[in-house]
Amino acid sequence: MQQPVIDIRHLNKSFGTNEVLKDINFHVNKGEVVCIIGSSGSGKSTLLRCVNLLETPSGGEILYNGKNILDDMHDTTAYRAKLGMVFQQFNLFNNLNVLDNCVVGQVQVLKKSKEEAEKTALQYLDEVGMKAFVKAKPSQISGGQKQRVAIARALSMEPDALLFDEPTSALDPEMVGEVLRVMNMLAKTGLTMLVVTHEMGFAKEVADRVVFMDKGVIVEEGPPEQIFNNPQNERTREFLKRTLEKF
Amino acid sequence: MEFFTWVVKLAKLYMPTFLSGAGTTMLLAITGTVIGFVIGLLTGIVRTIPITENMSSGKKSLLKVVNRILTIYIEIFRGTPMIVQAMVIFYGVAAATGVPLNRIGAGILIVSINTGAYMSEIVRGGIISIDKGQFEAAQAIGMSHWQTMRFIVLPQVIRNILPATGNEFVINIKDTSVLNVISVGELFFAGKTAAGTYFRYFEAFFIICVIYFVLTFAVTRILRVFERKLEGSDVYQLETKEEPLDAATGN
Ligand SMILES: Nc1ncnc2c1ncn2[C@@H]1O[C@H](COP(=O)(O)OP(=O)(O)O)[C@@H](O)[C@H]1O
Ligand SMILES: [Mg+2]
Repeated sequence: MQQPVIDIRHLNKSFGTNEVLKDINFHVNKGEVVCIIGSSGSGKSTLLRCVNLLETPSGGEILYNGKNILDDMHDTTAYRAKLGMVFQQFNLFNNLNVLDNCVVGQVQVLKKSKEEAEKTALQYLDEVGMKAFVKAKPSQISGGQKQRVAIARALSMEPDALLFDEPTSALDPEMVGEVLRVMNMLAKTGLTMLVVTHEMGFAKEVADRVVFMDKGVIVEEGPPEQIFNNPQNERTREFLKRTLEKF
Repeated sequence: MEFFTWVVKLAKLYMPTFLSGAGTTMLLAITGTVIGFVIGLLTGIVRTIPITENMSSGKKSLLKVVNRILTIYIEIFRGTPMIVQAMVIFYGVAAATGVPLNRIGAGILIVSINTGAYMSEIVRGGIISIDKGQFEAAQAIGMSHWQTMRFIVLPQVIRNILPATGNEFVINIKDTSVLNVISVGELFFAGKTAAGTYFRYFEAFFIICVIYFVLTFAVTRILRVFERKLEGSDVYQLETKEEPLDAATGN
């Protein structure tokens, strides 16, 4: 069996006495798209933030290519550079234009030359359809455009995997499509993706596996056909019923 | 009519004194604000370094001690009048070392550390007010704390606190007048010199008043223009050699 890119074992996270993640176990293989679904407050964001160490886990292991990164917290910045993150609120650097948003990390963290970094940035900006906007500041483009730039920024670091935390939840409905289309295309190129999402259509269509979380635990995990058509657990059934009813 | 005669007479007689006083005032205000800005920036940065769980305990306690010292510095200099600080520092150093300080040097020192104390709080507020998402996005692409500060946070902070810094500058133009107590030859001191000879206090300080106002008014206008320049352009140019925007979104 191949070694997973990310392998989470017995992960726990508490904020004070509030246990937010309880004994989480799951993995993401190279080239896989894994979607995490679940109601708000179930710990999805916290899990994603633990994976790239924006939060320090309280216990457990995170194996990255077989190595437990929690053993040695000295090289967290190098590890973070290997995992891209796309946020719900985009978080583009407000002081930099679209191009520099995609260049600054390459130059400062990966130590690439400016020319090389710009070339890479333009290639990915082109891929997400934002090449024309290189000179725009984040405040001058729409939400959907911001999120596509944020994706290009993450891709410019040429990461081993990309983490998405509800990338379309802060968007006006008419802009959701343009971002999902980009994510769809990325999935087809074989990018390893871990996606927290409320877009059940996307999960159904694109995911190799779907993970359902509730109250800090993984309740059920399996291929989308199983989760959506034949859920094994009562809580999964209830969640899907509630979610799909809205449409 | 006597008033105007004296104003004109004093203005003619003491023009060089007034001009050199105004020059000294501007020198004190500019250098004091610039050095104070740098002090404020450095202390503000240090005071916002997050104390994280995976920091070594030695580093943690060092940071706590430094923070404590900086807080004491800020409290003392914001909690006492600059006129008193000037007396204490000028005569204190002289008593301690036996050598009197250079008056202009002492003036710059006092204005700088005083402004630094205020700027430190302004910078700290500026850093705190930056959206947490900016820090997290920088961390997520692997930037260190220092890189995050230098390339992402501080450029935004400096731009945001520019009006407050300009305000400190204008305050310093006026407040350096207290340095006359240690006989720094700034504008107020020049006024005292001119007034004393003929006992014409009203006329002399009327001139001084006008000069102060011209200085602060001019500086305020210049800063406003400077700020607007920094705002940058409201429009951007699309880089469309091949085809118009949004081809890839397929809308
Ligand atoms: N920094 C924090 N401090 C304390 N509690 C937090 C913090 N972040 C998240 N939580 C709590 O953790 C729980 C899970 O939150 P989150 O991971 O954001 O859920 P989700 O993304 O699934 O909506 C919530 O109850 C939330 O209140
Ligand atoms: Mg969330």
